[in-house]
Amino acid sequence: MTHPIRLGAVAAAAALLALSACSQGSATRSDGGEDGEVVVRYMEFSSNGGNEQNLDAIVAAFEDENPNIDVQVETTPYADYFTKLQTAVAGGTEADAFELNYENFVTYAESGALAELDVDGDAYTPSLLEAFQHDGTQLGLPESFSDVVLFYNKDLFAAAGVPEPTADWTWEDERAAAEALTDTAAGVWGDYQPATFHEFYKALAQAGGRFLTEDGSATAFDSPEGIAAATWLTGKSGTVMPTEAEGAGTPDFDSTLFREGKLAMWHSGIWMFGPLADVPFEWDVVVEPGDQTKASAMFTNGVVVSANSEHPEEAQAWLEFLTSSDTTVDTRLNAGWELPPIADQDKLAPYLEQTPPANRQAVFDALDETVLPPVIVRQQEMQDAVTEELGNAAAGRKTVEQAVADAAARVDELL
Amino acid sequence: MSTATTGHPTHTATERPRQPKNRHRNALRYGGNRLRYAGIVALFLAPSLVPLTLFTLVPMVSSLWVSLHDWNLITPMEFVGLANYRELLSDGDTWAAFGHTLGYIAGYLPLVYVLGLAAALALNTALRGRNVFRAAYFLPVVTSWVVVALLWRWLLSPANGLVNHVLELVGVDGPGWWTDPAWAMPSVILASAWKDLGFVMIILLAGLQSIPGELYDAARVDGTSAWQRFRYVTLPLLSPSTFFVVVISLINGFQVFDQVYVMTGGGPAGATEVVVQQIYDLTFRYGRAGDASALSWLLFVVVLVVTIIQVRGQRRWVTYA
Repeated sequence: MTHPIRLGAVAAAAALLALSACSQGSATRSDGGEDGEVVVRYMEFSSNGGNEQNLDAIVAAFEDENPNIDVQVETTPYADYFTKLQTAVAGGTEADAFELNYENFVTYAESGALAELDVDGDAYTPSLLEAFQHDGTQLGLPESFSDVVLFYNKDLFAAAGVPEPTADWTWEDERAAAEALTDTAAGVWGDYQPATFHEFYKALAQAGGRFLTEDGSATAFDSPEGIAAATWLTGKSGTVMPTEAEGAGTPDFDSTLFREGKLAMWHSGIWMFGPLADVPFEWDVVVEPGDQTKASAMFTNGVVVSANSEHPEEAQAWLEFLTSSDTTVDTRLNAGWELPPIADQDKLAPYLEQTPPANRQAVFDALDETVLPPVIVRQQEMQDAVTEELGNAAAGRKTVEQAVADAAARVDELL
Repeated sequence: MSTATTGHPTHTATERPRQPKNRHRNALRYGGNRLRYAGIVALFLAPSLVPLTLFTLVPMVSSLWVSLHDWNLITPMEFVGLANYRELLSDGDTWAAFGHTLGYIAGYLPLVYVLGLAAALALNTALRGRNVFRAAYFLPVVTSWVVVALLWRWLLSPANGLVNHVLELVGVDGPGWWTDPAWAMPSVILASAWKDLGFVMIILLAGLQSIPGELYDAARVDGTSAWQRFRYVTLPLLSPSTFFVVVISLINGFQVFDQVYVMTGGGPAGATEVVVQQIYDLTFRYGRAGDASALSWLLFVVVLVVTIIQVRGQRRWVTYA
């Protein structure tokens, strides 16, 4: 048998190895810039899925103007972004600056995780600037706004001899066209609008209903309007729209279907203009059809500086450039990305002159009648509950009436 | 996973009883210097004890602390005592999650054991190329669950999957696998059994090879049939390996997560929302780290009780030769 002391030395070496392996696991906070450079880390989701190079262009322009600052972008898909951000904040490894949507801003503002900003807000549309104030302090800057419109494939409409959508369309017109355009043998679908929370609160407004009561203490959607909205959304799956079993709901399924020319109408956001610029068929957009009234979904994203940032001034300088510089305005307008939140409407004019789509005026017309998502403390649980119950109705596991009643009961418990 | 820290009962089962002299040899050798002996023991334990402390014991204690608070990971923690536990026990979702987990185990455990045993028996013969087969069956065990789950999700895709396509060729209308609440759990069970059967096979194969050949010779001389030799020689003498497989598979079954997260995310309509998926959703989706920690401890207690019952119960059916 080997001498015990030698064995002890081997064991000690093994222990040291194990310990050094542990220390490698800890997250590095930054790559460390070159000499004299300040590194600003920036976490975001909105460039993911086709606009990454546009954000890179804005970063490059900022670094040209500020050679002492190195912006390091960390992009995460929207579906995983808030999980990752929340975990990073809990662990103290969040970036110096990060993106938040309006629904999540309040939670973070109340938590004390955000640094107060000192900005001259004249550059921004006042209502958007105010959206990122909390208790009278500016904790974020508006970064972009966007809305949802009805995309349609002009070639498919022409081939089927169906008149193209107009701003006067109602659900009935959309339904009739979707049925005429659906050709399952050729793999062509008439419509795509998933039965989810984000479509439901909007369809509910289109039907003339309310999601929550005036004081926000209870749900108000277990109503004839709520049932009409849910019937409208859940009736599409399997008739004019692919079912979940056929792939609906998986990432990029809908955008791929539209890009391949196999989808006639698609309810989607204006951030898809750029990614769809090169498809080999004609397409355009129109304000979403309404029912009792028109109502379009509007989304606002903002950017914030972490209270833990070691370089809050540089982080804020980056965010101001990102949200309101001429480079950003030009990049966003040229790329057909989400729109910049700037007060000077004249700067937005070039956006309207570009194609596709020809009818860019619809983007601004949609803003005339918008509906904002209901926001509660237990937001994600509410969204999941509504989406799950609508899914039950879409798959025929429950009647629409039962699904709406169950969704309302589940949301009431969360309030 | 827990496999790394659990002892292997088949070692003690297959070794011959040790001589007392042997058992105390080390103690006698260092008898004059107990402190030095303890130091050397500590050194040998350190490589596993240090990571165990850092990555298992410390997080366990801190999760117990978190479970007594309301915490959304962002705002400061708020002490609520045992309220999270009371809330969970009166919440139907908790019981549903335990129900789904038990449903998973009820399907998974028999399936993986029978398939693993069949593979072990087949590959314990003088089959040509048996080492290739052994490696092939074991390969999924060392493959990442994300890869395996994505593969099965694709194979079982209701509209475009290979499985339904083959079923269609023989005139069967395949089910909605992971989109149908009735079929989602069987889909997960199928994928899990496929991945884990190699592990069961290896353990049982080792058990089979430790059964002395004389016993079979004697049984043949007594004129037994192949079934009788399997039933009265193989199965009883395999019971220590079976016990180990059942204990490990049950613990892993209660902790099922990766395949569920990737294949179904707990859906459709919550049909595969198992306990650990629920813990994940509570923490990372809903920002309810306190509730999630409390649920983790409920799961710990359940696994502990089940394991104690098994260890107690083994005397009735496990035969150590």
